[in-house]
Amino acid sequence: MNSRRQFLLNTAIAAAGLAAPGLAQPMRDLRLPGGPGLRPLTDAFPGKHGMILQRTTPALLETPLSAFDTGIFTPNERFYVRWHWPCPTEVDPASFRLTVDGHVKKSLSLSLAVLKKLPHFEIAAVNQCSGNSRGLFEPRVAGGQWGHGAMGNALWTGVRLRDVLALAGVRDGALVARFSGLDEPLVPDGPDFMKSLGIDHARDGEVMIAWAMNGETLPMLNGFPLRLVVPGWYSTYWVKALDRIEVLDRHDDNYWMAKAYKVPATPDGGIAPGTKDFPTRPISAMVPRSFITNIDHGARLLAAAPVKIGGIAFGGDAGVSSVDVSADGGATWVAATLGPDAGKYSFRRFDGVATPPGSGPGRLMSRCTSTAGVTQPMTGIWNPGGYMRGQVETTEVVFA
Amino acid sequence: MMRLLAPLALIAAFAAMPVARAAGPVIIELPTDDTPFADLGPGSPSADAVNENCRSCHSASMVMNQPKLSAPEWAAEVAKMRGTYKAPVAESDDAAIVAWLAAMSAGKRTDG
Repeated sequence: MNSRRQFLLNTAIAAAGLAAPGLAQPMRDLRLPGGPGLRPLTDAFPGKHGMILQRTTPALLETPLSAFDTGIFTPNERFYVRWHWPCPTEVDPASFRLTVDGHVKKSLSLSLAVLKKLPHFEIAAVNQCSGNSRGLFEPRVAGGQWGHGAMGNALWTGVRLRDVLALAGVRDGALVARFSGLDEPLVPDGPDFMKSLGIDHARDGEVMIAWAMNGETLPMLNGFPLRLVVPGWYSTYWVKALDRIEVLDRHDDNYWMAKAYKVPATPDGGIAPGTKDFPTRPISAMVPRSFITNIDHGARLLAAAPVKIGGIAFGGDAGVSSVDVSADGGATWVAATLGPDAGKYSFRRFDGVATPPGSGPGRLMSRCTSTAGVTQPMTGIWNPGGYMRGQVETTEVVFA
Repeated sequence: MMRLLAPLALIAAFAAMPVARAAGPVIIELPTDDTPFADLGPGSPSADAVNENCRSCHSASMVMNQPKLSAPEWAAEVAKMRGTYKAPVAESDDAAIVAWLAAMSAGKRTDG
């Protein structure tokens, strides 16, 4: 992009109403079909650095794809941020209590100190927004216009939800555990953010109440002092600033389960654009994805030399079995080498070498197959929420 | 002199420890964004209604980052804000809000 075009675009953005203190502010182009894809990069949020600013209030911050090229664990200062209602700005860890009540034998009010006396464990797990990559859906849909960076991978530390529920004693007939946090609606009768898991899922021994990510205390923007970790499932269930667990002996009909975060009740969550009145289900497990992180869109590469294609992959609710790469738009594929395995729910590094088909515009691709035998499809699904994108992604380059 | 320095060094070391920070509330300060919706120019719908109604809960950027939406699609968004999220938007403002949103959306550049 030439400097005059950059100037014009930045001017347009400033006039359009984004926080743009200066024209020199670095921008990222998320390349959303039909636009607008330009976003400022921001350092203005506490503990965060170099984030793509989607929205200041309530905070929506996206991780640039290049941040995933440096390792399989996303640094806390680069980890994406997403709040429906405003993020809490003050929490007193000494007086904070986690309430466990509802259909239990004994209601609990647990301090952080008491909670941390339960057996700890660690798990590497990808946290991905249900609407990650929504801005790339075609036809476009309304909502947070994310590129691919509404996701991150961390090593989480905490206790098993199962152990906490056992302390309270789940009564017979319990159906779901419902979670809510310290964040409050901006208007009194707005729907408080609450999410539920089936009681067996809640007690599977993998769902965690976490207080640390990547060995550090959770940043406030990522859910201090406690957040739920639901390995393999979309982040809508990973309730932040968790302060209440309510066991219900009925299905949860609250707005965030009954109306929001619903996908078509089809095997892949997709439906033909424009379809009306179709059955839906709450979004649940993630699908496999992979991203090239070592080569930017628009890169000029040598046509006569093999191209090194590297990035990160994850298997959704399973591990990564294999990743293939292509330098010819998917006509031929080459198996990539996989990096260390940090666990089935983690990002996994891949590096492969593919041969360019010749000079001119080219398309680089990566394709993950999970240990459950699911391979990323070449064509994507569509649904009105812009959820569950999982097709093979393309990096457009020029071979010269 | 040494007797004076040692306690000072100890205090400095404690101040840097997380344990010292853990006493008392954790407080963060978040940035704000007061950027208004812009006037679209002579002959275009006024931005007054969107500025009065659509910035009390979220930054203007949430709107400006949306893809091109038609007037009915914008109307559905406004209805969702009021019906689902209980935004205190008077129905009598709907026409003015949707008019600005649709005009803004129609003039959106599509190449970046």
